[in-house]
Amino acid sequence: MIPIDLIQKTAETLMDKAAIEIPQDYLDGLQQAAKTEDGDLSSFVLKAMLDNYEAAKEDRRAMCGDTGVPRWFIKMGNEARIEGGMVALETALRRATANATNGVPLRPNRVHPLWRTDHDNNVGINAPEIEYGFEPEGDWIDLITVHKGGLFGTDYRMLFPSDGIQGIKRFYLDSLMAFGKRGLACQPAIIGIGLGGSKDTCMVLGKRAAVLRTVGSRNSDPRIAEMEDEFKELGNSIGMGAMGFVGKNMVIDCNIEVGYCHTGGMPMSVHAFCLSSRRAVARVWPDGRVEYRTDPDWFTDYQRRDTVEWEPVREAAE
Amino acid sequence: MKPREIVLSTTPTSEAIAELRLGDIVYLNGLMYTAREGVYMRALEEKANIPMELPSESAANFHCSPAARINPDGSFEMGAVTATASFRFAKWLPEWMDKTGAKLIIGKGGMSSKDYKSYFVPNGAVYLSTVGYGTGALLGRGVENVEAVHWNEELGLAQAMWVIRCKRMGPFIVASDLEGNCLFERENAKIAENIERVYEGTKPAVLKRYGESDDRSDEVIG
Repeated sequence: MIPIDLIQKTAETLMDKAAIEIPQDYLDGLQQAAKTEDGDLSSFVLKAMLDNYEAAKEDRRAMCGDTGVPRWFIKMGNEARIEGGMVALETALRRATANATNGVPLRPNRVHPLWRTDHDNNVGINAPEIEYGFEPEGDWIDLITVHKGGLFGTDYRMLFPSDGIQGIKRFYLDSLMAFGKRGLACQPAIIGIGLGGSKDTCMVLGKRAAVLRTVGSRNSDPRIAEMEDEFKELGNSIGMGAMGFVGKNMVIDCNIEVGYCHTGGMPMSVHAFCLSSRRAVARVWPDGRVEYRTDPDWFTDYQRRDTVEWEPVREAAE
Repeated sequence: MKPREIVLSTTPTSEAIAELRLGDIVYLNGLMYTAREGVYMRALEEKANIPMELPSESAANFHCSPAARINPDGSFEMGAVTATASFRFAKWLPEWMDKTGAKLIIGKGGMSSKDYKSYFVPNGAVYLSTVGYGTGALLGRGVENVEAVHWNEELGLAQAMWVIRCKRMGPFIVASDLEGNCLFERENAKIAENIERVYEGTKPAVLKRYGESDDRSDEVIG
């Protein structure tokens, strides 16, 4: 049984880490970008961002004033049991979100869409989102928090098989151009692309590709992995950099996730994670151990399975 | 070429504003206030009295909601500050500038040169963009003190009017000048030269959307 107090305490620490500490994989990617950038203004912007991450860590203050919309991705091993059950888990995550909003402090971004009611704690109707995934083995729970910026850089479109790769490229470029101008997407960013699924799943896949995969990771399908490389290159060849200034760094990495879709369609979504790629992860075990990391490791073979039954890959017998 | 760095007051003289060039980096000293849709609606549409002497106390309007809290003893804790996209506030800005004498509009992404020419220039005002976006922690370091929070109960923490004393707060980038030129439009024009090459070979979607055609008598198929 995983103690509920430990889950809440860990969740509060994760909220703090996500807001303040830039994940190393993204930092490495941005430092690499800063080396290659030769646009005067773009270079200045990247350097300022690198200084900003340092300042955030030194002062223990949020790296960006817009601290995004906090949300949770929960992964559990098949044997994991939570003290108090799943309702207790959700209460603990909501409490941690509210406490950390006041504690760090974060910006209380969440309001009612019509009445603009603000509880000043980032908790409300359907907020924070809590999504679940499971793994065939293990008695642990992974708590993953992502605080993504909420307004720009995302779009969805129903494409069709006849649109083909050239249609996919067009919509990808259109999304980067539309939200890259004036830097609305807060690029250079990790770009997530969702292909296939139902419409809502398509959005979910693209969002997760942007926020739950790290810079340098590649899809397990080698042909999709090639597309990821090609699309990263394509985005960086626009000639647009940080803040929409002339530059050569728009995409720190491009991650693509797919889901089976209606035979007549090829839905596509594009998502830009921002310069403050806020994600933090912890694995909690029943014996009280907690391990922090920044790679959600969400897209396992199990998550991408394409068969009815799941048969774990066995090591070669010899 | 390294951009030029300038330290500017939040109640700047017209000479100081005239010296600013597109792409200059600016650091601010003095009082600044946050005002966005909540404050604009309350002051302009509901005609509430603005709880500051403007522009004598401050001519710097920041489009910002800080990551901040009000402590039980009434003191303030401000962590990071970053701007929000300004284009959404064009509806209120002409009247706001007229009423408050704001000379520095600070935000994300700037406005159009049409906005600059029609009401920034006549008011002797320029636009400063935050950098990144956003350098929330660096800007947070430039907050010497939070002097007041107005309309918190009416508007909530995010939309309230925060009055901030800045000490070398920055960096900001000069994104408009007194001729109404727009830094972002200048950059867009340079990037536009390359667009055709990048799009070469790509195809428009077989199913169009309204917006791609503004004629609603059009069909959206192929």
